[in-house]
Amino acid sequence: MTEITETTTIEPSGHFASLDLGEVWKYRELLYFLTVRDIKIRYKQTLIGVTWAVLQPVLTTAIFTVIFSRFARFDTGNVAYPLFALSGLIIWLFVHNSVSLASSSFVNNTNLVTKVYFPRLIVPVAATLGALFDLVFGLLILVGMMIFFGVTPTSQILLSPLFVLLGLGVAVAFGILFSALNVRFRDVKFALPFLLQVWMIASPIFYPTSLLSEKWRLVFALNPLTGILDGFRSSLFGSPFDWPVIGVSVASLILLLLVSLFVFKSMEDSFADLI
Amino acid sequence: MQVIKADNLSKQYVLGSRQPNSVREVLTGLLKPAEPKHTIWALRDVNFSVDDGERLGLIGHNGAGKSTLLKILSRITKPTGGKALIRGRVGSLLEVGTGFHSELSGRENIYMNGAILGMKRAEIKRKFDEIVDFSEIEEFLDTPVKHYSSGMYMRLAFSVAAHLDPEILIVDEVLAVGDTSFQKKCLRKMRDVGESGRTVVFVSHDMASIVRLCDRAIALNHGTIVGDGPASDVVREYISAGWGIKSERDFTADQKPPQSDTVRLMKMRMVDKQGETNGSFDIRDKIGIEMTYEALRPGETLLPNLQIFNQDRVHLFTIHDVASEWTHRPKDAGVYVSTAWIPANFMAEGSFAVNAAVVTYTPTLNVHFYATDVVIFDIFDPMTGDTARGDFGGKMEGVMRPMVDWETRNG
Repeated sequence: MTEITETTTIEPSGHFASLDLGEVWKYRELLYFLTVRDIKIRYKQTLIGVTWAVLQPVLTTAIFTVIFSRFARFDTGNVAYPLFALSGLIIWLFVHNSVSLASSSFVNNTNLVTKVYFPRLIVPVAATLGALFDLVFGLLILVGMMIFFGVTPTSQILLSPLFVLLGLGVAVAFGILFSALNVRFRDVKFALPFLLQVWMIASPIFYPTSLLSEKWRLVFALNPLTGILDGFRSSLFGSPFDWPVIGVSVASLILLLLVSLFVFKSMEDSFADLI
Repeated sequence: MQVIKADNLSKQYVLGSRQPNSVREVLTGLLKPAEPKHTIWALRDVNFSVDDGERLGLIGHNGAGKSTLLKILSRITKPTGGKALIRGRVGSLLEVGTGFHSELSGRENIYMNGAILGMKRAEIKRKFDEIVDFSEIEEFLDTPVKHYSSGMYMRLAFSVAAHLDPEILIVDEVLAVGDTSFQKKCLRKMRDVGESGRTVVFVSHDMASIVRLCDRAIALNHGTIVGDGPASDVVREYISAGWGIKSERDFTADQKPPQSDTVRLMKMRMVDKQGETNGSFDIRDKIGIEMTYEALRPGETLLPNLQIFNQDRVHLFTIHDVASEWTHRPKDAGVYVSTAWIPANFMAEGSFAVNAAVVTYTPTLNVHFYATDVVIFDIFDPMTGDTARGDFGGKMEGVMRPMVDWETRNG
């Protein structure tokens, strides 16, 4: 007889679900395989494959540059507009893509949810991590552009990974929230594209936060992307950090993560019955 | 040692139409007074325990709660009430090829599927060659599985599952699909798992495979346990409950037993070669149908007559006493016991019902009584290789399964 390695108790779900992140850690290999699978499948049977990961930010930057530097003329300080736009866009495109992918992740993996047990959190998180792949290409283009425009980085650039990580936090938070809501309410499918559009306009992607007055800046910072994008650009281009804005955004992000996890955990047990 | 223990396990479902599925329905639901919810108990206070090394079969009609029970034990869904304790690593196979993606190659899918079933990467790596060998698809390993035939797909999917090494294996009717030549291998693998001391919980509609693979069975009906015991007993009880009969029947206390003024049916039972009452027969053993009747009027040449039906109500054959000393011999008044012996290795596996009659031919044909669905019995194939099944492990078609002689010569 093999040695018994574990004991499991199966009980009705309680009112206060525990986070149980240890369980997610136990299944980390599945998280890895699901992430890799998502990336592989995304570009299979496409004509130009991963080139899409490059084209998306480049083309959008080009369009923004034509519109906003020729006609609207935002003051982006000593940073060239294409560089300014691209730095915001790669973070935004990552958040946008990963939230879209994560929101439909359960519906696309119905057979997994109804046929196998694993911590459900893995599904939307894998979708988010899969989108990281594209972000890597975006960052490479950004480095190339910075060299092209002759940007000399300051020591502040060492903080840039922190802001990418915070961006990942935003993507994970909204990803798990909408993935859970989408299982219960298929309205999400219709509402989400619209929400993402509004969110994009409300985030300092193609305009600088300096456009807003001091007071409004803090209100806008409730949108975690405001502080993240602002801080990311400061770290890249060596401009001073706007710590109050970053602080409000980080606090907002933490709150958002907690709410998302709570919603997810309270709905998770019924996924297999509802989907 | 108990590896599974279920205490008052219950699961309630709210029926689909009442469940709000959109934000609008939730909002309008808040304004309206609460309607009584339509709920259904898929499982209700189910109690059982399974020891290590046991092979447990779950049987029951559609909607009896088998799948719900499997889903709770595999932690896919939570119970509404009660609890279950599981000791050991659980591998559950409710579907073959879960998580397979058509765009990925066979190799990639092996890793993916293995991870989904709970295998560690190192473990998959170690067993990789074995899995590929078992699946017989080596040359297509790097082809996307969308180009596979359905047979190849099933073989690959089952191979991964078969190499899962859990302490408790939970299997739904996955063996019912796939090509039949591969099924032998799969069934043998499942038997190996059971015989190596690990625990198997198996759900199937195929009663013959339950009897073949499991040593114990639990019958569910409307979410509650209605039978628990040795597999062949539970299966027979389950089928006889469906037919409303058993393998032994006593008419002596009946107000109106099957009878005429010439003969009266007293008892019928199924007997094994030792002469014991037994409703479950190894296909390699002869099957006795024993009829006890009382001749009420002396001097009649009474001929017992039996008709055998299978589960699909196909009338397989009729037998009557045509070749004994009693065939043409009148009986005195009194009680007689006649036994018909159906030869071994003759009928297929399954459950069968027996109709009984006693007839006389002189002066003309006279049927004195004709009782339908009197007793029931079942036949199982122990899969030892020395039956007409040979090494075939799948579902063998046909209502008869005789052992016949074969002759082959150079033509």
